[in-house]
Amino acid sequence: MKKAAMLLAMAVAALFGARAAAAQEKVTPSWTVATVSGQGQPKGYVEYQKYCVVCHGEGVGRPGTLALQAKYKGALPALLDRRTDLTPALIKMYVRNGITVMPTFRKTEISDAELDAIAAYLTRNNKP
Amino acid sequence: MRVPPGVTPNDFSDAIKQWEEAVGKDWVFTSDEDVDLYRDSYSPFWHEDLEPIPSAAVAPDTVEQVQAVVKIANEHKIPLWTISTGKNLGYGGSAPLLGGSVVLDLKRMDRVLEVNDKNHYALVEPGVSYFDLYRYIQDRGLKVWIDVPDPGWGSLIGNALDRGGGYTPLRDHFDAHCGMEVVLANGEIIRTGMGALPGSKTWQQYRYGFGPYVDGIFSQSNFGVVTKMGFWLLPEPEAFKSGNVLVQRHDDLVPLIETLNYLMNSNIVQGTTTIGSPLLMSRAAAQTAGGSGGSALVMSPGGPTIEQLEQVGRDQNLAYWNCELNFYGPPKVVEAEWEFAKEKYSVIPDVKFVDGPTYALPYDPKDVDKLPKRQFGIPSLTIFGLMGRSEGHMWFSPIIPMTGEAVFEAQKVFGQAYHDMGVPAISQLFVFPSSFFPRSFVILCGFPIYHDVEKNRRSREVFKGLVKAAAEHGWGEYRTHTAFMDTVSDVYSYNDHALRHFHETIKDAVDPNGILSPGRCGVWPKHVRKARA
Repeated sequence: MKKAAMLLAMAVAALFGARAAAAQEKVTPSWTVATVSGQGQPKGYVEYQKYCVVCHGEGVGRPGTLALQAKYKGALPALLDRRTDLTPALIKMYVRNGITVMPTFRKTEISDAELDAIAAYLTRNNKP
Repeated sequence: MRVPPGVTPNDFSDAIKQWEEAVGKDWVFTSDEDVDLYRDSYSPFWHEDLEPIPSAAVAPDTVEQVQAVVKIANEHKIPLWTISTGKNLGYGGSAPLLGGSVVLDLKRMDRVLEVNDKNHYALVEPGVSYFDLYRYIQDRGLKVWIDVPDPGWGSLIGNALDRGGGYTPLRDHFDAHCGMEVVLANGEIIRTGMGALPGSKTWQQYRYGFGPYVDGIFSQSNFGVVTKMGFWLLPEPEAFKSGNVLVQRHDDLVPLIETLNYLMNSNIVQGTTTIGSPLLMSRAAAQTAGGSGGSALVMSPGGPTIEQLEQVGRDQNLAYWNCELNFYGPPKVVEAEWEFAKEKYSVIPDVKFVDGPTYALPYDPKDVDKLPKRQFGIPSLTIFGLMGRSEGHMWFSPIIPMTGEAVFEAQKVFGQAYHDMGVPAISQLFVFPSSFFPRSFVILCGFPIYHDVEKNRRSREVFKGLVKAAAEHGWGEYRTHTAFMDTVSDVYSYNDHALRHFHETIKDAVDPNGILSPGRCGVWPKHVRKARA
């Protein structure tokens, strides 16, 4: 009986383990979700997912990532959230002025407070 | 501080104070730094005095606030320019046509008011983008699909009012709307269709209501500010299938499109179909044309002949034309529809078919990046990666008949027009004809924008030249950048501009002070017309 229960427990664990592994491989992209959870995430993570990753994230057809890949050719990461050399002033300049086909974003689209959060997120790993 | 035309600084300050009381100080923008955010990011007037720059922006959050803002503007005779998400890039972005106008920015009104997946409709505010509505539906697991244009950050209302198009069976966005709420220039609210009946249960289900149907006059116009709009949605299909039809000879385009008409007008093929050309897009054809990729898209005088191109096709085993057909519905039905299409096309000698994938639906949201997004109503910004390096673009977009003969004529006419203007056609992005709207083709020709006065000036001249060349052959634009609204309006001139006179009659009646979006699509208020005469 005990052995059977143990086997069952092992089978359940294996099943859940397999599910957990599968879940790690496949994730619902954050840009498809209206309410991104910021739990356990650094400041600005939610705003970055909401406004930026659709162009600057990972995956197929992200023009911002493609443009930065073409620009830096691997010398710097094409993904903005992997960079450690950006400054808040530079980030704000691009969001409010645009660059090539990236347009300006108005304060009704991204507020100053949200932009501060995005800037904090993208500079979180900068060395002091 | 910039001041709107015809308004004294005192009056303007007074209006700004009143707007601040109506919407809150944070949502009235007057500093150059804030107002500059409303300039057209893709302006064809960069570094030129001609660029129309707004004087201020006001961003209400509710329909009552819209009423208050409009009333104040009406009292002070201040021109407002209404935007929804302000991302109509290529057609003017968030900037007004008349410099000094105050932008009425509706982005904060971003509520999804209802999505019904039993009767398949949505009711939204102007600030709701395609991303917003898609996310709302995904979060709730609702069984409906939206239809998206290429850029997903646009407003459903703004795009439909500018009569934009997409890719699924409900791709004609204005046609897919059902019911509007509109604030008039005097601040009064009307609801159209069944919405005029207090307590109506069918505002988003029956379009017409009773009496004259007026929704059309609020599209591409300046007769009111639309604050709510209903849209019909597609029930989530059980399957999607695509298949490619390839024909070998130049003249095969005629039966290719004739059958396409039959299939589309019979609702067998339902989504947008684009005519393509493996041959004309090939490096081999470009070399024959003496240019880079796509040089052969228009027939330039002195360029390669059809016979030469057909020979390249035979040598390289490249079809002259192809089209991808999309089918939505139950699995058995989409397979049968593709079989039927193949049967109809089999009369064209040497036709080839390439089966595309069949998708069983619903799809797993985790796979979203692997799907053909546009055909599945999934918003994205992918298009911006395909435009090449520039500072933006604008679109020349004439409607032509859905026939092979018309496509041939367009290739020649635009090839000749480019030649006459001394411009290599390949300097523009010439896209093949697409069925964004039922029963006709639209050709899209993208003009890159640069921060270079001379290049942009030349582009504007070429653009106007193409509008003229198109009109001489009976073709007109379906939509245009603010910079060309008068140019395009001018060619819709039947019976001495009788239609424009009718638009002006409506304008003068519903907006006598001419405060709403002056100049939009060629409709100017009386005082401007008088000053120009």
